[in-house]
Amino acid sequence: MSALNLIDGSETSLRRFLQTLPGVDQIGAQERAAMLGTRSIKTTSKKWAIDMAISMIDLTTLEGADTAGKIRSLCSKALRPDPQDASVPHVGAVCVYNDMVGIARKHLDSIGGQSIPVAAVATAFPSGRASRKVKLQDTKDAISLGATEIDMVIDRGAFLSGQLGEVFDEIRAIKEICSDKAHLKVILETGELVTLDNVRKASYLAMLAGADFIKTSTGKVTPAATAPVVLVMLEAVRDFFELSQIRIGVKPAGGIRTTKDAIKQLVLVKEIAGAEWLNPELFRIGASALLNDLLLQRMKLSTGRYSSANYVTVD
Amino acid sequence: MSLDIKKTYKLFIAGAFPRSESGRSYEIRDKKGNFIANPAQASRKDLRDAVLAARNAHSSWSSATAYNRGQILYRIAEIMEGRSEQFVAEIMAMESVSSKQAQVQVRQAIDTWVWYAGWSDKISTIAGSTNPVAGSFFNFTVAEPLGVVGIVAEEKSSLLGVVLGLAPVLAAGNCAVLLASQRRPLSAITLAECLATSDVPAGVVNILTGLSDELTPHLASHMEIDGLDLSGVDSKSAAALRISSVDNLKRVHSFSAEKSPERILSFMEYKTLWHPIGV
Repeated sequence: MSALNLIDGSETSLRRFLQTLPGVDQIGAQERAAMLGTRSIKTTSKKWAIDMAISMIDLTTLEGADTAGKIRSLCSKALRPDPQDASVPHVGAVCVYNDMVGIARKHLDSIGGQSIPVAAVATAFPSGRASRKVKLQDTKDAISLGATEIDMVIDRGAFLSGQLGEVFDEIRAIKEICSDKAHLKVILETGELVTLDNVRKASYLAMLAGADFIKTSTGKVTPAATAPVVLVMLEAVRDFFELSQIRIGVKPAGGIRTTKDAIKQLVLVKEIAGAEWLNPELFRIGASALLNDLLLQRMKLSTGRYSSANYVTVD
Repeated sequence: MSLDIKKTYKLFIAGAFPRSESGRSYEIRDKKGNFIANPAQASRKDLRDAVLAARNAHSSWSSATAYNRGQILYRIAEIMEGRSEQFVAEIMAMESVSSKQAQVQVRQAIDTWVWYAGWSDKISTIAGSTNPVAGSFFNFTVAEPLGVVGIVAEEKSSLLGVVLGLAPVLAAGNCAVLLASQRRPLSAITLAECLATSDVPAGVVNILTGLSDELTPHLASHMEIDGLDLSGVDSKSAAALRISSVDNLKRVHSFSAEKSPERILSFMEYKTLWHPIGV
């Protein structure tokens, strides 16, 4: 706890704390992530990993063209990913834009999906370019419509220009609104943070300010959830647990489309953060196309023959 | 003194020439037991990748105009022409035939491309129809490509067998995953090198070399494959493959080694359209 006591929320104390963080060995991080990505996961372990990955998905649609009908079919899929196989677990959550939260919540409740939370992206997603007042209202709206998870974006402009206090205060303010009604996931948008050092700093900043989850990306910027970035964030939550005895979750999002990608993520989680994080309460994968690939691989394992995209839904 | 530089025979998947993901290769020898080459021994994962590549290539290939597809088939013939010496040498090595016989085969293979190139923009006119119906509708039947076709190439004439399998499938607008003859695979890979340089889009043709018994069951059971040409499989193995291909109602055919427009139609399906008159 000692290190954390130094932080009183002031910019100076934040800067002093973040300066004590060691720099990231970029090549080392890339090599380690690549090395862990070569691990071969087969048969029963693969089956377990596929089901675990499905239960960790934040099934997402964040398009300007989203309609109420699309949200409802997404929710149905979240509850029963494979209509022909009831043994497939439901996904971790449904993630939609603010104004679709009510529709998603209502539909999930009506089809027996009460246990599936609805996550809303908030704070002028994806750019985060709006006044504080708008961002707070955005969050309040989502919660009042029934969102129990808030995915907020940090102000990358402020972070990159060194206004750490500004970023910190904003996360604090959103956290206050969420209080015990909603989990707060803080999107760092690592594709815009330039260096892994910045990813580490932003991770700590978010965790210190009260994030329940740190999330890589909005999915609107590439690169998104690359393995080295996820590795650095997993190290951050592991080390933060040492300091504070609080377990913060991690959510990679964007660019995870295949079962192989998802299993690589799970290997990272197990090897870097530890087995405690292999659980939808502490690790989520933001994705949409990934679910179909997981289902196809699951069919392959259960039938022995390669399946086809004709046998999963078109989203 | 000059040193012979041996060629590495690799697979052809999605327009690239990878080795097998399994890292395996196997030896092929001629009748007298002399070593010829070490082609790649594809695994079921290579097959999976090939099928995926074919599926991804299908929408653009099937929507290209039939004229354009025909031009590309002509182009393959042109490119093969320039490589004929290499084809002849490989056929002589694998089939232990005279240079004359090998040349005849190469000639026939090139002609086969030209023959099917001509069919490409004519087949739908001949197979399609305008149907008389009792109502104010136009009623058309048109032949459309099936999708992804798996081919086990006939191996008696190793190059001709491959071309007789591929050309009608491509002329129809399908994408192909071809399993080359286990004993005589070299012509297929050299043909792939021609395909790669003759405007055939990546993934439209994928060619695997390897053990027939290992790969054909996966070819037959793969749900992404819509049609199967089993010309290169003996009747006993074909029976088992037919059974495992019923799950997604694959069209399964086996052809004699001849050119025929029927081969094109075998991997097309008919769509009937009702179009209101006067709207």
